[in-house]
Parts: sequence; structure tokens; C-alpha cells
Amino acid sequence: MPKTMFEKVWNDHVVVPETADTPAVLFIDLHLTHEVTTPQAYTELRTRGIRLRRPDLTLATMDHSTPTRTEQVFGGVPIAVDSAAKQVRQLEINTKEFGVELFNLQDSRRGIVHIIGPELGITQPGKTIVCGDSHTSTHGAFGALAFGIGTTEVGHVLATQCLLQRRPKTFAINVINALPRGVTAKDLILAIIGKIGVSGGTGYVLEFRGPAIERLSMDERMTICNMSIEAGARAGMIAPDATTFEYLKDTPRAPKGAAWDEAVARWSKLPSDPGAQFDRSIDIDAATLSPMVTYGTHPGMVAPVTGAVPAQGDAVFEKALKYMGLKAGEQISNVPVNNVFVGSCTNGRLSDLRNAARVLRGHKLAQGVKMLVVPGSQAVKRAAEAEGLDKVFLDAGAEWRESGCSMCLGMNGDLVPTGHYSISTSNRNFEGRQGQGARTLLASPETAAASAIRGRVTDPREFQN
Amino acid sequence: MPGVRQIRSRTVALPATNIDTDQIIPARFLTSTSKAGFGKHLFADWRYDADGNPKADFALNREEARGAAILVAGRNIGCGSSREHAAWALLDFGFQAVISTEFADIFRTNSLKNSLLPVVVDEKTHAWLLAHPDAEISIDVENTTLTLPDGTQVKFPLEGFARYCLLNGIDELGFLLSQNAAIASYEQSRR
Repeated sequence: MPKTMFEKVWNDHVVVPETADTPAVLFIDLHLTHEVTTPQAYTELRTRGIRLRRPDLTLATMDHSTPTRTEQVFGGVPIAVDSAAKQVRQLEINTKEFGVELFNLQDSRRGIVHIIGPELGITQPGKTIVCGDSHTSTHGAFGALAFGIGTTEVGHVLATQCLLQRRPKTFAINVINALPRGVTAKDLILAIIGKIGVSGGTGYVLEFRGPAIERLSMDERMTICNMSIEAGARAGMIAPDATTFEYLKDTPRAPKGAAWDEAVARWSKLPSDPGAQFDRSIDIDAATLSPMVTYGTHPGMVAPVTGAVPAQGDAVFEKALKYMGLKAGEQISNVPVNNVFVGSCTNGRLSDLRNAARVLRGHKLAQGVKMLVVPGSQAVKRAAEAEGLDKVFLDAGAEWRESGCSMCLGMNGDLVPTGHYSISTSNRNFEGRQGQGARTLLASPETAAASAIRGRVTDPREFQN
Repeated sequence: MPGVRQIRSRTVALPATNIDTDQIIPARFLTSTSKAGFGKHLFADWRYDADGNPKADFALNREEARGAAILVAGRNIGCGSSREHAAWALLDFGFQAVISTEFADIFRTNSLKNSLLPVVVDEKTHAWLLAHPDAEISIDVENTTLTLPDGTQVKFPLEGFARYCLLNGIDELGFLLSQNAAIASYEQSRR
């Protein structure tokens, strides 16, 4: 019986099979943790006198509420947000008490949890990976089954290294042909969400497949899988191949020597078998796509940069447009931009910064535009500085910060002012996501950079050379 | 964890579709390290004006909403962030059940883990409930039925193990810990 990649990974991790009465007990290979969604789980363990079962499969970093200003990270200046400082200290206390490896604020390996897993090479094909963060789907780009969980489940994994799970359904997203020049992975995933809707993937694990996906780099595949949750799917997966192995080969914690060869042989068996049945499937033609920008208050409200806000919709559509200060039928390229954010677990990797810098090089930000560039990890920051990308951003008038989630969700005080339009390479344009009253337009790093130059939403292909 | 068998209450209706967890509890409140006290920040940006005063036209601020334990929400409630703080905020405010036609996966799981009951109903029942805020209804967890004021009974789906845990106040961590032998054997097989 041919199997999907998801079935293979799932079957390999079933400790106790599911029955009509009970869900499966599923073993977790890697538990990534951070300061925001773990404190209450550690309290639970402490209260009940339970030890952490597998510290060797658990890693902690700080990313969500951490400052991005260098003086607060390295200069001894206190973290500006008091409660955030307390949360960061609590993670230090908890990880020390329970014996978990922590990349603290000054650690050179620190970064956004979904950026550092792949960088270290602990994100690997065939693994089950969870984290108290919905963008854990990112790791599916390696052929891992990776999904976000709540804090109660974080406690379950800390205590037992397992979760109780009903088996989800499978959904194949076949992306045929190739993306045209100037159209990115971000544009592709926004188009997919626009097509299937923000709850189209609920109850499913997505598998992105087809020629357009096979051509993508690992960074691009991570951008795709990262936003699976924006279509309602807890997990998205892409089959591991030579691109995956090449990325992982020299990472610090990937298997070495004979163990590497053995791992590659094992990983090579993971892709879905020919004829494997998915519960649902759709085709997307990559060749027809353009750069995409959201105009509303969820990621499914998206249009080509060359297009317009739809002419009409329901009451929810009207409410979203009112919040955004936009009119039905308005040209997307007419929307002003006050603020630009390049970063996040969606688009905060080195290639994303290169792509934004390539557009921005030799230009200045438009009058009145503020731009924040936040690398996804300290490793990304160092690599970007080594090739001079920081200079490109600084010369254009942008700010260059330390790594973290930053303005994607504004927990650390990096906020977009009320009423301002923010073109952002992050993943959510919900009301108030980047600050109370902030108006977020999701786009690729290239589109964000082009828009920064013009001060309105701009097709990055105008800057192609 | 307390068991839940019957919920009988007036409803509050928020018809917006795709209510994301950033609306239920905005990120700026997530720096707390405890589960308590999120109720006052529930729907903060919809509930309060810029000066922090309650907005009179928001459903939760209406006098009739006081003490209501059942929230009726538009399709696909709880999408977005995995923050369990959303479930904690709803519970702390006084809600015991949320009714919609569709729930986001992680929010549904988080709700069940805290004995906040997600109730999926058909379009027709949903439309009636949205059109009749303040309706007095009852929810029977054991029989997985919802009873409207005119006595009409509507069945709702509830995964068997979740139902068992809700009824008996069983916390799933206890169940998982009881699987220790199987987990140890699995770990041994992979060394």
C-alpha cells in the first residue's frame, strides 16, 4: 500500500496506536521552547513534582519578548519592557532547574526558534518536532512532521516526550510549472492561502509538491511551510531531496561520517510513494502568479501587486477595509507605506535579507518612511554583516537590529504606530498585530524594499536589472 | 481539573468570522508567567477605547452579557497564534463554552485541555443563535446535545477521549504519565 510522507513519519512515532476511545500516543523527537509559552508549563511540572523526561531532546531560546536594540541585548541597558525582562529571567531559572540547554540573550547561537533549529541542523527529515508556537510548521520544509502546540501540551512533552493526537488528514498542494522571474516563495504561499482560504487547511497536514516546489531553496521552502498555519493547517511538509541534504550536511549538529550516510539513506525513503492517496488535493499553476500583497485583516485577503482590492464583499470584508482605511476597487499600488519591516520566521533568513538589499542598494527610503531590518538569528546577522548587507540597509536609512520576533507581533515594544501602513515580510496582518491600530500589508522582502523606496506599495519588478 | 457535565446560560454573540487569537488576547499581554488574570484583557482592542474605557456597543460590554457563560462566534474562531492564553482569557472572563460552525485546530485543542467546551453546530443553528443573542440555552456534555429555548435539541461532535476527560475532570497529563512503560519501551527500541 503506497504511503504519504506524513503517514511514514506518523507511523514511525506511534508509541500507542489510537483506538475509538483514545488518541494515539505520539513520540516527539525535538521540543523547541521559548520564554512566552513555557512558564506555566514549568510551574505545572514543579507543582506536581515531575522531572523533565528528555532534556537531551529539548532546546530553549529567547525570541518573542526580547529586545532588538543592541544596547539592551549586549550593552547592559535594562530590557525596556519590565514584564518581558521578568519572563526572560524566568526562562533562565526554569531551564537551569530542569537541565535544559538555553541560548540566552547574549548567546551567539540565539535567534528565532524556527530559524535556529535548521541552522543548527537539529531540524531533520522524518523527525516529529513541536514548539509552543504556531509557526513550528516551518520545520516541515525538511520533511519533518512539525506543528505548534499550546502550553498544556508543552507540559505534556516536557513530562513525557509524548503527545496525545488524533491522526490528521492529508492535503496535497501540487504546484506545477515554475515561478516567473521576480515572483517569490512568499508570493506563492500568499496565493495558495488566497485560494484555499484561512481555514481551508483545518484538520489537514499539507504536502507542498510538484516541479515549482522542487526548484525552491531550503530558505524558500521554509517560507512556504511557515505559513501553512495561515491556511489553518497545523503542519506543512516538503519531501527531502538533494537540496535538503546539501543544506544540512555541514550544520553543527547534523550527523557526521558514517552516521550521515546512514541518515541520508533513511531520509531518502521518506517522500510519498507513487500512487499514495491524499484526502484532498489541488493544483496551483506557479507560472500564472505575480508578487502578492495583502489588503485586509487576514492573510487570505490578498491580491496581486498589479491588481486591486476586490470590488465588493460581505460585512466582514467591509469591516476589514474600514480598519485598513482602503476602498473596494482601489489599486494595490495606490496604498501608501509609512513603515517597513523585514524579518520574522517567515522571511528573516540570509537570502531574504540579500533579496531586500538587492532591491534597496543605492536607494534611499522615501520621505517619512521608517524601516526596521531584524535578522532571524544572530548567525544570520553575522553572515549578513560579513557581506555588507547591514551597510546597504543603513545607507538607505533603515535601522539594523539584533535578532528576534520583533515587529511581527510587537511583544518587545517594536511597534507600528496607530493608523500607519506597514508593509511587512511577516506572516499575520490581523488587526493590531503589529501594534494597536496598525495596518499591516504582508509581502515578500523584495516588495517590501521596493515599497520602502517609493513610499507606496510597489512592484519589485520595477527595480529588476 | 473540574469535570463539566451541564452548561446552562445566556449567550453572547460575536458574529465576526475568523476571530484570531490576537483579537482574543493581544500579544502585549503575553509577558505574564501565570495563567491567571487574562479575563480583563479579553478582546482588549475591541472592548476598550484608546483611553481604556469600555466601548458601549461591544457585545461583551452590554448589560445583558453580564454572567453569560456561552460565547457564540462566527466561523473559524481561534485561528492564528497557538497562545493558550486565549482559552485562559475566555475562561477567566467566565465563559465555559464557545459555539461556532468551525474551530481552528490549536485553539480547539487548547480549549479542551482547559475544560472550555468547543461546540460545533450546523449553519442553521448557528444563524439562529447569532440572530438571538442573550438566548438561554443548555449544553449537555454527556449526551453531546445543545438545547435551544424552544426545546429543539441539536447534537454536536465531541471526540470520545476529550468527552471522557471533560466529564470526569481527568487531566490528560495523568493519562500520559500512566503510559510510561510503553514510552520507555519505544525509547529503548530507538537507541
